[in-house]
Amino acid sequence: MKRLLLIALSVLLVTALFIGCTGPGAGSDDEIRIGVNYELSGGVATYGQSSVDGIELAIKQVNEAGGIDGKKITLIKYDNKSEPQEATTLANKLIEQDKVVAILGPATSGSFMSQIPVAEKAKVPVASGSATADEVTVDESGVKEYAFRICFNDSYQGTGMANYALNNLSKKKAVIIMDNSSDYGKGLAENFEKTFTEGGGTIVAKESFVKGDTDFNAILTSIKSEDFDVIFLPGYYEEAGLIIKQARDLGIDVPILGADGFDSPDLVKLAGEEALNDIYFSNHYSSLDKDPLVVQFIEDFKEEYGREPDAFNALGYDLAMFVVDGLKRAGKVDREALKDALASTEDFAGVTGSFSIDENHNPVKAIVVISLKDGKQHTSEKVSQ
Amino acid sequence: MDKLLQQIVNGITLGSIYALIALGYTMVYGIIRLINFAHCDIYMIGAYVGYFCMTFLKLGLVPSLLIAMLVCTILGVLIERIAYRPLRNAARISVLITAIGVSLFLEYGTMFFVKANVRTYPEVTGILAQRFKVGNIVISMQQIILVGITILLMALLQFIVKRTRLGKAMRAVSMDRDAAQLMGIDVNSTVSFTFALGSALAGAAGILVGIYYNTINPLMGVVPGLKAFIAAVFGGIGIIPGAMIGGYFIGAVEVMVSGYGGSMFRDAVVFGILILILIIKPSGLLGKNTREKV
Repeated sequence: MKRLLLIALSVLLVTALFIGCTGPGAGSDDEIRIGVNYELSGGVATYGQSSVDGIELAIKQVNEAGGIDGKKITLIKYDNKSEPQEATTLANKLIEQDKVVAILGPATSGSFMSQIPVAEKAKVPVASGSATADEVTVDESGVKEYAFRICFNDSYQGTGMANYALNNLSKKKAVIIMDNSSDYGKGLAENFEKTFTEGGGTIVAKESFVKGDTDFNAILTSIKSEDFDVIFLPGYYEEAGLIIKQARDLGIDVPILGADGFDSPDLVKLAGEEALNDIYFSNHYSSLDKDPLVVQFIEDFKEEYGREPDAFNALGYDLAMFVVDGLKRAGKVDREALKDALASTEDFAGVTGSFSIDENHNPVKAIVVISLKDGKQHTSEKVSQ
Repeated sequence: MDKLLQQIVNGITLGSIYALIALGYTMVYGIIRLINFAHCDIYMIGAYVGYFCMTFLKLGLVPSLLIAMLVCTILGVLIERIAYRPLRNAARISVLITAIGVSLFLEYGTMFFVKANVRTYPEVTGILAQRFKVGNIVISMQQIILVGITILLMALLQFIVKRTRLGKAMRAVSMDRDAAQLMGIDVNSTVSFTFALGSALAGAAGILVGIYYNTINPLMGVVPGLKAFIAAVFGGIGIIPGAMIGGYFIGAVEVMVSGYGGSMFRDAVVFGILILILIIKPSGLLGKNTREKV
């Protein structure tokens, strides 16, 4: 019995090796293979699906315009099920089996970071459109050579909103109510505080909450008696919506500032239309933008999918265009050349704003500040720092 | 001063919710010595039934409240019948574990059917959306309704327990089950009735919370359930007025702690109270010290 098992195992092993060797090769010479490693199912499937819609539109346009130097782009699309582990496995598969020149995605910081070691080792450029955690592209040991992103990071938003409060709204006394249970909230709060105080403002009070809280009346009552003219609320829409509602109910009517965590249709359901006045939040993109590039994108997207694009659609579109731009400038389909081209990107014009890539592989771009009136997007402004 | 008064308003609102849930814990404990962990999930189901009534059937507050209470009553009785009655004479730890099992079943069963994301109640309009200003203190109509319904239900409960035959039977069974049975009291139906009462209150709490906070999810019962349990222990578990006092006390403590600078210590303080009570006076505020029979 034992011997039988041994034989069976050996056969399995040999077959496995064999399969490993005979995966599809580098593809024919007239196509360029790009990997797409996204969350198409699982917890954050909406982020992944939206990004991929944007990417596919971009690649379709590029191919219809003749591709890059006559070569068409083929996307190899896999679903990482919103799991970092799966994302790593798929990155390996894309690199070793499918021989892609670069990988797009995943959408979330955790999954994106988990595939970076694989990419660094195999020397394959990877790029994300929406991984905003600070340490995605750079950590204590320096910049991650093959990792890129085209969205601003969390601390950049905190800084941006502090400047917006100081310069555009002329506010000097802020209260911070932050989500203490996420790095996102803490990172935003820290950078807002630093920039705001350096710019001559004062932080009157700081309160915290944790994910899942529903009753904020106590902290709101306690800040109500303080003298302040703006609230910064770094957190996600689930709690932010309730805080805004309860604050307005208690008669706190100062402007409330937040970040891209506010960007959800559920915000208005939680807070109610009436409460959503004088709300400002930073985002990557606004459909109110009148830039011809954005107008064209919205038109194309509507024609393809029959709906308005959201921020993730726009980021996905830009991400694909960013890599295509890199490939064009590299002049050949080569991972090393592509990496160098991406790192030296200057003034790339995207629908989420034009940007250059800095030495930490982050884009230098303006943030979009959206204001809400009666629960609807009222104005959008680009704020550069 | 305004700040303190406003915090008291906040504390009473929050305390009402805890008191409503705590009553169910305490009544069930009083009658069969079981900490019914599934109780907080009945509260959650109440919130979802209310959501369903108001969003899809477009019913008003009162009919939705009654339907939620009715559904929760049936659910509570069913849970007792299916999960706890077969274990009436089993070791208490087995029943406790069963209760945790039922709780998880309800939470994740609900999650399976309605998905894990938060749902929002339809926006309130008209009288419900009104707010009153007394000096600098803001009181919303929803708060008044929440506290009003809580007090009404508590008075009703007090009446049932003290003045009706069924209430008398409940008190008798909780004092001595065997003796009550000998006196001709149907113990099983009395226990069912207790579950029915407690679950109806939890259902009411669920829909009131849904309207007040405007957000519900399948795990919304866990934390308030634990706090209400502490409230019940604080007042003396098994003692009905104790649960009411405990509920308002825990609500007030929570609001005061987070209102005066300790929002991150809020839960630590509340759970610290549980530890202190268990060390200093395990029978609770209104409990009498009873000597264990050996």
